[in-house]
Amino acid sequence: MKRYSAFAIAREALRYHTGWDRAWRAPEPKPHYDVIIIGGGGHGLATAYHLGKNHGITNVAILEKGWLGGGNTGRNTTIIRSNYLQDPSAALYEKSRSLYETMSQDLNYNVMFSPRGVIMLAQTQHEVRGYQRTAHANALQGVKTEFISPDRVKQLVPIINIDGPRYPVLGGLWQARGGTARHDAVAWGYARACSDMGMDVIQQCEVTAIKRDGGKVTGVSTTRGEITCGKVGIVVAGNSGHVAGLAGFRLPIESVALQALVSEPIKPCMDVVVMANTVHGYMSQSDKGEMVIGGGTDGYNNYTQRGSFHHIEETVRALVETFPMVSRLKMLRQWGGIVDITGDRSPILSKTPVDGVFINCGWGTGGFKATPGSGWAMAELMAKGRSPLTDAFGLERFREGRFIDESVAAGVAH
Amino acid sequence: MLILTCPVCGVTAEETEFHAGGEAHLTRHGPGASDADFEDYLFMRANPRGVHFERWRHVYGCGKWFHAARCTTTLQVFGTYTAQTSAPPQEILDKIADARPDWTPRTPG
Repeated sequence: MKRYSAFAIAREALRYHTGWDRAWRAPEPKPHYDVIIIGGGGHGLATAYHLGKNHGITNVAILEKGWLGGGNTGRNTTIIRSNYLQDPSAALYEKSRSLYETMSQDLNYNVMFSPRGVIMLAQTQHEVRGYQRTAHANALQGVKTEFISPDRVKQLVPIINIDGPRYPVLGGLWQARGGTARHDAVAWGYARACSDMGMDVIQQCEVTAIKRDGGKVTGVSTTRGEITCGKVGIVVAGNSGHVAGLAGFRLPIESVALQALVSEPIKPCMDVVVMANTVHGYMSQSDKGEMVIGGGTDGYNNYTQRGSFHHIEETVRALVETFPMVSRLKMLRQWGGIVDITGDRSPILSKTPVDGVFINCGWGTGGFKATPGSGWAMAELMAKGRSPLTDAFGLERFREGRFIDESVAAGVAH
Repeated sequence: MLILTCPVCGVTAEETEFHAGGEAHLTRHGPGASDADFEDYLFMRANPRGVHFERWRHVYGCGKWFHAARCTTTLQVFGTYTAQTSAPPQEILDKIADARPDWTPRTPG
């Protein structure tokens, strides 16, 4: 792999940019791999990357039925934060956030990590108490957050209306090192690094069966032939239920549509990420100048990657009171992704009833921020059989009643 | 935008008049059930890519619960039917069979 650097740009500029390689190879599948990762999104690629980097396992294939990062990796609102209430969540998400800090250097690929700060607005007394509690929990967990006053919110976000009649801003939970990153670049950077370690990133390759022998996985059938393997990692987000079905087990997961939208590009007006959970909307400004807006999920099972129009209306209507300028913006485009929601709104990183099959799913509406930490933990789980980061996130917790209840901790947008 | 017909009051309306209630025909396990059965009832879901039987409530109408058969990959609604049943009626199964000849009903569990 040729390293990207200022020197490389200068060198290529002098020879009409003829020396750039493809960022990753496009190999034919081999008949056998030690590990197969199903799903070429951010989490799957991060898992493969850390299998190689942390555990020296490089005979790995990443199988993607569509194109790299074409699912939720390319459909989220790119928010990164780790201000969770429960200890296992804070550990995992803070690990992830800290990996984002050096990701561009680690991957030699600019993921445009922008630690611009994230505010979660408290707009009811319940939220004030809830976020003060979270700030205290974060202090104990070593996650740097603070509860800030309405005046400080106004100072950080001049376009905000803090004394709206229905939803006044009563404070906010501020994480200064939260922010955003370029989501596509995260997938591409990982794919390039994986390919460089000798792993095969195989696109347009759908898994159609997971073959087992005596309760142990032996390989997979794909649209590009049969492949045998020692271990399989299922990292397919909204399609987790379907792929788990191929391996013969069920999941406590429902797949629903979540939408986001962007406005026309405008001059810089907001340099932090603002989440307003009471009114169910969140907003940031992209480097292109578009206001990036996300809201809540549709209420019913859906695999169509498009959502209901009335949810966009609800989200934007809710934001108009807090951000009056939104009412004058034209919306440019809208899209949907299929998110995998668990019973306790926390992810599953776990062994499964099939020996050698591991699953990483259930990130629901907030998986992008977890991409590197999820890969780190999943790789450790697959390589060593357990990871301190995944212990609490096992599939058996639903049977045992050990929930990690972030639906309470995080409110709605999460 | 889904358009559903409430089988109780007969009104046909857009999805904003209704509220989705999750998978239908779950076997309800209570006191005395095994941990596995109780987990199945509370958390485990079929979540199929394709034909899905689900509960809906006509919240901004008659207020009654009913069931619908719908495709999760096309959003086609095959039909709605009474909530007072533990399995989809033959008439609904026939409509699904017409639209999806390859579909076979999933065995429960």
